[in-house]
Amino acid sequence: MSQWVIKGIQSGIRTTRYPAHEEIQAGVSPGLPLGRDTVTDEQGRLLVDICPTGAIALENGRLCVEPRRCVHCFRCSRAIQFPLDWQPGYEWAGYAFGRSAPAPPWPKVFSTSLHILVVDAGDCGACLNEVKQLNNPYYNMHRLGFFITPTPRQADILLVVGSGTDHMKIPLLEAYEAMPAPKLVMAVGTCALSGGVFGASFVSGGGVAGTIPVDIEVPGSPPPPLAILHGLLVAAGRKHPVATTNVAQVGAPA
Amino acid sequence: MLNVTQMAPEAERRWPGQVQAWVDRRKPVCELRPTVSGILPDIAKWLAVDLRYRFAGLIVEEHQTEWEFRCLFYARKEPGWTHLLFRQPLDATTIPSISLQVHAADWHEREAEDLFGINFEGHPRLGDFVLHDNLWQEAVNPMRRDFDESAALAARAPDTEWRPRRIVQDPGAFVMPVGPIYSGVTESVHFLLETVGEDVIRAFPRLFYKYRGIEKTAEGQNVNQCLLLAERFAATTAFSHAFAFCQAVEAVCRVKVPPRARTLRVFFAELERFRHHAGVIQEICESTALTVAANQAAILEEDLLRLSCSLAGHRYLFGLVIPGGLSCDFSDSACREASKKATEILANLQDLERRLRYSSSFLDRLEDVGIVSEENARQFGLVGPIARASGLKGDMRKAQPYSGYERFAFGVPLETEGDGFARLRVLFAEAAESVNLMKQAANALESGEVWASVAFQPGVALGWVESPRGATFHWTRLGAGGVIERYHPITPSFVNWHGFHLAAENFAFQDFPIILATFGLSAAENDR
Repeated sequence: MSQWVIKGIQSGIRTTRYPAHEEIQAGVSPGLPLGRDTVTDEQGRLLVDICPTGAIALENGRLCVEPRRCVHCFRCSRAIQFPLDWQPGYEWAGYAFGRSAPAPPWPKVFSTSLHILVVDAGDCGACLNEVKQLNNPYYNMHRLGFFITPTPRQADILLVVGSGTDHMKIPLLEAYEAMPAPKLVMAVGTCALSGGVFGASFVSGGGVAGTIPVDIEVPGSPPPPLAILHGLLVAAGRKHPVATTNVAQVGAPA
Repeated sequence: MLNVTQMAPEAERRWPGQVQAWVDRRKPVCELRPTVSGILPDIAKWLAVDLRYRFAGLIVEEHQTEWEFRCLFYARKEPGWTHLLFRQPLDATTIPSISLQVHAADWHEREAEDLFGINFEGHPRLGDFVLHDNLWQEAVNPMRRDFDESAALAARAPDTEWRPRRIVQDPGAFVMPVGPIYSGVTESVHFLLETVGEDVIRAFPRLFYKYRGIEKTAEGQNVNQCLLLAERFAATTAFSHAFAFCQAVEAVCRVKVPPRARTLRVFFAELERFRHHAGVIQEICESTALTVAANQAAILEEDLLRLSCSLAGHRYLFGLVIPGGLSCDFSDSACREASKKATEILANLQDLERRLRYSSSFLDRLEDVGIVSEENARQFGLVGPIARASGLKGDMRKAQPYSGYERFAFGVPLETEGDGFARLRVLFAEAAESVNLMKQAANALESGEVWASVAFQPGVALGWVESPRGATFHWTRLGAGGVIERYHPITPSFVNWHGFHLAAENFAFQDFPIILATFGLSAAENDR
């Protein structure tokens, strides 16, 4: 078995230096569409119409993007007359109680270590796969004191992905109620925040906020591992939530 | 083996006066239309058992005045489709089950029963499938056109007393429930494992916790909205599903996809297969607690996700394939560069494979564990790497070539043992073939456009691809103006979950997570 030990050592250190340094490797994030301060009516209407989930809105001549609705379909940036720029980056997580609110008064106990319970409430597989990547050598979230825990009884934070399907409502609520206080809920991915392309239907919740109270929101379809890591750091009070420029307040998820 | 044109006279000869045959040489499709429902099981048996056609799926459609039941069959070597088609008035909701003759149809009929309220006469187990019986009454049929979702929700009375049926009645037997919430990062599936102690005697996966009703949501949407659903209901194989859906739309609208787009689609489909297989290999290593190997595979999966993102803009290739071609073009050199990078990643994967083959503690957990025989694989109609590890040949890229696959030289790896190690070897070998195809595609790129405009018109067509998990079929009926009237994806996970219990039963509890990992199934793809 010594071959594995040697192989492991030979591989060297792959781990990102985030959050101490910005990660600049190619392919870590698809980015998000960027709002625009000046836009003609024609450009604006074209972009608003082409967005299938209503993530783009015109407000007082400004073009605003609601990341919680963006599903990364690239329709605003490809094969279109006035393409919208996308900004790279991954620090997208924010507080759920309105974007301008001050830091919520949750206790400092989470600042050094968080135990995470992951619940799949109807995920397509991508968000869950990105959560899984947090344990790979590139991201290695253990080094930051973040651990996946097997039981809600030991969990500090409930990481929920998926649009909140009808059949998962009861298990999700039971898992939340089984967690000791104080506890946080982090909704990961556009589906968990607004229902994404599945919307609200008789079996799809249009987001998980109707079932359990969400504290931290991580937009993205799926949010890349670094975005989820940013969300966890925000939950721990070790990173600031996203700045609010050019973010539309249209149709906050129900 | 009969081809499509030989099929029609042969069927008419066997069931004189009871079967009308209709052939469309363009697709090619042979429709067999029995005049009485009673002979449906016989014809299905003739196709699936005597002629050894593969059963692809059952499609139920509710038209204005009648039901349409369509069973899809295809030959393994002869291009072309045989549809077994039967129509009956809307008030007749009973039809003979074919699942006693063609066991692969079992779950398809259960699904149709739950969603449409069709009674498949003779089917041994209907109910509690898509809609869980502890939440929904049997009379709720969401896929019916007159379904009123607010009334159904208002009338709902959850049954707290409901318990799943137990089969094992030995003294000391009990049911071990697992899921739907797990200790790690796992999709929501509920397993009811019946046991008397050490061995799993009966494994019963209770699925559809993630049922999002995309087929219902799609109805009335336009093609571009439905494309998002097709792409995202199972996003670890997003490109393949969007690819299949687009091929269906292109077939309806008779669009000729530009050659460059066809080749690029092959390139990206194979990139996705490579990345998917690396992910499954990672999970197999992790399930055996071989940490270094699991981390090595995780590095390769992340490398491939980054490669996808730096080339196509998205780690899971979202927004790339659209009806008529691709949403953006790529330079030949970028594709060649990417295939070179993929070759480097493959070399690392093959190094991992070599090391795993010399790790006896790892092999002990896989060899002779979770066996599916070829006969079982055939009966359950299993597809993809799982079927090919059991010696069952079949790959849509060879059987019914699409998007120019017939132009490329590639092998379809086959193993015969049907155990966990055979499935792992198939995954490794297929990853190598995918890189081989990426290279060929990158060097065969034609010049020209990557998109042809699509004029939507009414019609119906089947789109199919060999997705990383196996044969995938998207049945799409368009109305006027490109509005979806019926959309029914038949996914490899749906088919393979049906046979999963074969591998899990009669093995020890501690083997269960490993067998599950070697299957590499997706709950999202099954649940839709």
